[in-house]
Amino acid sequence: MISKFQIAYKSLLRKKVRTLLTVVGITLSSLVLVSLFGFNQGYEKALNHDIDNMGYQIMVMAKGCPYEAATLMLQGGKGLRYMDPGMVRDIAKRPEVQATTPILMQAFFDPNKGESGGIAGYFGVDPSSYPAMKPFLRFRKGSWFVSDTAREVVMGYEAAELEQREVGDMTMVPEKNVPLKVVGILERTGTQDDGTIFVPLKTLQQIAGTDKITTIGIKAKKDADLVRLENELYQLPDVQVVSFSQVKQTIMKLIGTARVMVLSIALIAVFIAMVGVANTVLMSVYERKQEIGILKTMGAMPHDIFVLVWTETLMLCAGGSVVGIMAAMLCNGITDLFIRRLLPYAPSGGLVAIDFRLALYTLGIILVVGLLSGLYPAWQAGRMRPLESIRSE
Amino acid sequence: MADTDITLDARGLSRAYRRGSEEILALDGVTLSIKRGEFVSFMGPSGSGKTTLVNLLGCLDNPSAGELHLAGKKIFGEGKRLSERELTVVRREVFGYIFQNFYLVPSLTVRENVAVPLAFYRKPGAEAEVDRLLKLLGIEHRANHLPREISGGEMQRVAIARALVNRPEILLADEPTGNLDSRRSTEIGEVLQELNRSSGLTIVMVTHDPGLAKLGGRHIEMRDGRAYEG
Ligand SMILES: Nc1ncnc2c1ncn2[C@@H]1O[C@H](COP(=O)(O)OP(=O)(O)O)[C@@H](O)[C@H]1O
Ligand SMILES: [Mg+2]
Repeated sequence: MISKFQIAYKSLLRKKVRTLLTVVGITLSSLVLVSLFGFNQGYEKALNHDIDNMGYQIMVMAKGCPYEAATLMLQGGKGLRYMDPGMVRDIAKRPEVQATTPILMQAFFDPNKGESGGIAGYFGVDPSSYPAMKPFLRFRKGSWFVSDTAREVVMGYEAAELEQREVGDMTMVPEKNVPLKVVGILERTGTQDDGTIFVPLKTLQQIAGTDKITTIGIKAKKDADLVRLENELYQLPDVQVVSFSQVKQTIMKLIGTARVMVLSIALIAVFIAMVGVANTVLMSVYERKQEIGILKTMGAMPHDIFVLVWTETLMLCAGGSVVGIMAAMLCNGITDLFIRRLLPYAPSGGLVAIDFRLALYTLGIILVVGLLSGLYPAWQAGRMRPLESIRSE
Repeated sequence: MADTDITLDARGLSRAYRRGSEEILALDGVTLSIKRGEFVSFMGPSGSGKTTLVNLLGCLDNPSAGELHLAGKKIFGEGKRLSERELTVVRREVFGYIFQNFYLVPSLTVRENVAVPLAFYRKPGAEAEVDRLLKLLGIEHRANHLPREISGGEMQRVAIARALVNRPEILLADEPTGNLDSRRSTEIGEVLQELNRSSGLTIVMVTHDPGLAKLGGRHIEMRDGRAYEG
């Protein structure tokens, strides 16, 4: 015939604008909350993805060598310090080490890049060890170099796009005016590799007129004691050790503070929305005082009325929350862009990861908080005396 | 001890209201009994205690003093008071109520309004009553209309149907035609009389309309909180 559920639902429809505004409040706060949860989860995942895709967990560099490609670009070749390639063999001998690869970073000034010229960064990599360390790299076209002295380059996805190169094209190393042939273009990885130009190590050494390297990438054995390895490496003279697990910890610590702040803002938003719910429901309870009184003369128990009003609260919260979470999933990309602007460092790849579990979790939180905020109005309605409510004309 | 024909038995029923420091004795020791199947109408000036009495008889309120027996069972008296929950149990078993203001739920259709009590309590077979009552009260053609789309007379019919859907023994009507013109009043009066005659429904009605009061077989005059059988 007619259920309590229908009675609750229809009474919400009575004041459509008010109901809508309340639902919008819950929608927005659910959206913010689930996005932030998604960010909490996604950021670390993206960071891990970036770090895993380095292929090695530890980098050793000459002291004073800037390790970020960005710094390298900014300072040009000037700031670089070099290491002896002999060190590679030294490090590879250690029991914790599974593999090593020598890298030479070089930067040349390209007057044709951008409006007033720019720095082009080159990665000299060893064809026999570097690809093996990053087996997940996929080629969109072509492949790695034919030999370790080949005059060839492999371009990251974005680097190729920027220079509009195809496999088979020639590209000129600025400053040195050495022509190199493009033999491979990588798929997009969502990491730094996308902007990198790879050259065989020996070729780059020859172009740069050096026999040194700038960096050694180290891949540790599966169960190796990383901390011990790091400490041992620190003992080497004139090198600095970059451990990605440390880098990650530092970044997560930085982000952590920001996360707590943003999460508190989200919780305040949820709180405000819930005050809105309580207010809406309480208002509608008072407006319906006589109606509630009549339901009680018709045989409704206090707990029936309580449930009725609580159901209304639940409907508001569930409706708003489901819409908000769905909107958050749809607007994932926009949230991502927005957060990227706020953060000092953002890994590549999706920062906001909202999955089904997280959606349910958020819905659960909103429903629980919503039910709490409906408690008072529902209790007020439940304890109304039929006579008093009827008399209040 | 109880006469089974007597359904409502009030003895020295009093009700005082506190208004600030003052105490108003709205009902001053009313003793009366109402038999099963009776149609009793109360008349009297405004403020004479009619509503207060009917509310007590209908277990909507607790008296300050006196006793009330319902079908031989003591509801109030000698310090016995019922909780809101206990009163609800009595009310939904025994009573139906209609009021001057119809108090229909505006967001529900006529049929839904009639069925509303069933969402909370349902005597066996009560579902079938909805359509039977809609037909009986001549509002079946309005079943899917909202209250704002029907006339005052029809609204009161809906309220009557709603009051009867759980097949009460006693219908309490506090000025049921107070908001209706005389033609509609007469119609509602005839409906009540018909219900009383055909199905033996006990009716306790408050009215200002002497014509309406005549429909009932028994009149009680209220003055200053006392009842005078007339
Ligand atoms: N809740 C209340 N609080 C205080 N006084 C009340 C209350 N209800 C009724 N009264 C008073 O009790 C008296 C009887 O009221 P009522 O039973 O409503 O009379 P009637 O229905 O005959 O007009 C009146 O003086 C009225 O003002
Ligand atoms: Mg009255």
